[in-house]
Amino acid sequence: MWMDQSQLDFQKVTYIDEQGKALKEEMPVEEAELVSMYEWMVRARVFDQRAVKLQRQGRIGTYAPLQGQEAAQIGSAFAMRENDWVYPSYREIGVSMVRGVPMSQFLLYAMGHLKGLAQEQANVFPVQIIIGAQFLHAVGGAWASQYKGEESVSVAYIGDGGTSEGDFHEALNFAGVYKLPIIFFVQNNQWAISVPVSKQTASRTIAQKALAYGITGVRVDGNDAVAVYTVMKEAIAKAQAGEPVLIEAETFRQGPHTTADDPTKYRMADDEKTWTAKDPLVRLKTYLTEQRIWDEEKDRALYEQADAEVSEAFQAASSAPASELKDVFEHVYETKTAQLSEQQAQVEEASRQ
Amino acid sequence: MTMMTIVQAINSALKYEMEQDDRVLLLGEDIGKNGGVFRATDGLFEQFGEKRVVDTPIAESAIIGAAVGLAARGLRPVAEIQFLGFIYEAMDQMAAQASRLRFRSGGTQTAPMVVRAPYGGGIRTPELHSDSLEAIFLHSPGLKIIMPSSAYDAKGLLAAAMRDPDPVLFLEPMKLYRAFQEEVPEEDYTIEIGRANVLRQGEDLTIIVWGPPVHMVKATAEKWAAEHQTSIEVIDLRTVAPIDIETITASVEKTGRAIIVHEAVKTGGVGAEIAAILSEKALYSLSAPILRVAGFDTPYPTAQVELDWLPNEKRLNEAIKTVLEDT
Repeated sequence: MWMDQSQLDFQKVTYIDEQGKALKEEMPVEEAELVSMYEWMVRARVFDQRAVKLQRQGRIGTYAPLQGQEAAQIGSAFAMRENDWVYPSYREIGVSMVRGVPMSQFLLYAMGHLKGLAQEQANVFPVQIIIGAQFLHAVGGAWASQYKGEESVSVAYIGDGGTSEGDFHEALNFAGVYKLPIIFFVQNNQWAISVPVSKQTASRTIAQKALAYGITGVRVDGNDAVAVYTVMKEAIAKAQAGEPVLIEAETFRQGPHTTADDPTKYRMADDEKTWTAKDPLVRLKTYLTEQRIWDEEKDRALYEQADAEVSEAFQAASSAPASELKDVFEHVYETKTAQLSEQQAQVEEASRQ
Repeated sequence: MTMMTIVQAINSALKYEMEQDDRVLLLGEDIGKNGGVFRATDGLFEQFGEKRVVDTPIAESAIIGAAVGLAARGLRPVAEIQFLGFIYEAMDQMAAQASRLRFRSGGTQTAPMVVRAPYGGGIRTPELHSDSLEAIFLHSPGLKIIMPSSAYDAKGLLAAAMRDPDPVLFLEPMKLYRAFQEEVPEEDYTIEIGRANVLRQGEDLTIIVWGPPVHMVKATAEKWAAEHQTSIEVIDLRTVAPIDIETITASVEKTGRAIIVHEAVKTGGVGAEIAAILSEKALYSLSAPILRVAGFDTPYPTAQVELDWLPNEKRLNEAIKTVLEDT
């Protein structure tokens, strides 16, 4: 029997609409949790905007902003349990913060400190630069959990562009074959640097790609933190039970790909405006305010608090001692080879002269 | 002691390690019921079950990438790539991921894993089954590369590789898998990674070699001793990364002449690195240019010409004559 994708209809899960109105009678998230999510979203936004400024001032190197994707990141991270693992790309600053990576760590990384690489906190794999490579590490991580009988789900993050990579498809295939406790979380932010999602794939949705691998797919409004959180909770339960899940969170990268990119070259200001109107922070704030859980005064205090936290993180990162060439030899192998020892000795000798 | 081929020695090392350490699991294509296309994992599926001897879909990048993830979370994966020529599919996971994980995480994450792959020419395979690609990986800091040429070394080095805290590429000489049997201890032993083996002492010339051509080189050296009273030192490098600088330098300081023999293409090969090391460390001991006898700078050829293409006794004899004359 012939079949085509017009027969696939992945409805988008939404709980709070673009006007901040609840679409369902029951709110599946407790008030305190909602407030806490909003606070983290603001923290991520404030950090992100400051990081971009610091880059413009020449105080940190290239930075990949997440602005616009806070609901997708904070909502998904909030649903995780302590033992769950994150395999991020380079944009998951919001996710990593919630999981316990301190703000100063991202700054050390962007400043080019060797120590900025040493992200030992909180079950977060190192930032991945190669598009899609982390998907296979997450497969291995989930496989290790299954092998050891651990209660742990591995969550791999990627963008819409990353779904074109071979590693993406190999990962989904392995997950399906071995029924791994894994979630593939795609932030479809519409743009892979300058290429729109319409030129990335002919699939109507990214979520439907799950079906080809015998795993479960779901499409969620990625600017609705409640929807993301709820879908992610369900996905964790499924993955833990051996049902891998592909989540497509529809969102928008409000800023450039990185601080080295200029989106005015390839996209319309109108497009940006449309999506700014769907801003995830505004949406959740409106909802919270209308529920009388939140007000302007609390909001101001929160922004001030977040500002102070970012300043403190920047102070900490700025005062870290500079990395030195002689330290570059330390983590190549557990034990330095004769060649590395010789080169390190040469460097030390040269620095004494 | 028992008589073993190289493939039996590899099987024995895998079996022992799996019995001792339940963190060890094997993954690869056709390694389960089939026991691997060369039977290197024969019987292991039956003994350890499908949880620890895992047939994977045909996806080299996923095999290596998953192994990185498994290793980083405390397991000891041994991945098999069916033929080394297929590893290009997994170049990122080998060179940018497995090799760099320790560095790119500032030492907080590691990938203690072994990637096994058969390679080497002379057995009339289809394309991309015979290529020697060690030089590509020598350029990946963080990785170790082992290329044994005997059953004894294969077992001891594979055991060492499986216990090593860093990722190891373990290359198995296809042509030698069943070419001979030798005495191998049944009990556990390891050979230090990064130590070359002086197979034959000599005074006039050093030949540095690894993998399949080791045996041809050793036999040629013996002929030169018998026929010309020429004393050739033969060093089996065994480990290509890291290179045992101390052993090769000491030998060339003694003999004053060096030839490097490898199956991989000549330009940019490991032989070039060794020649550079010898120029840095032992130039003033040399009384002749350092020569290389290697594959030509072409893709690995078809079966009808491969024996002439590979380093062979004829070309080695020419090289030996040249360095001995050039005094």
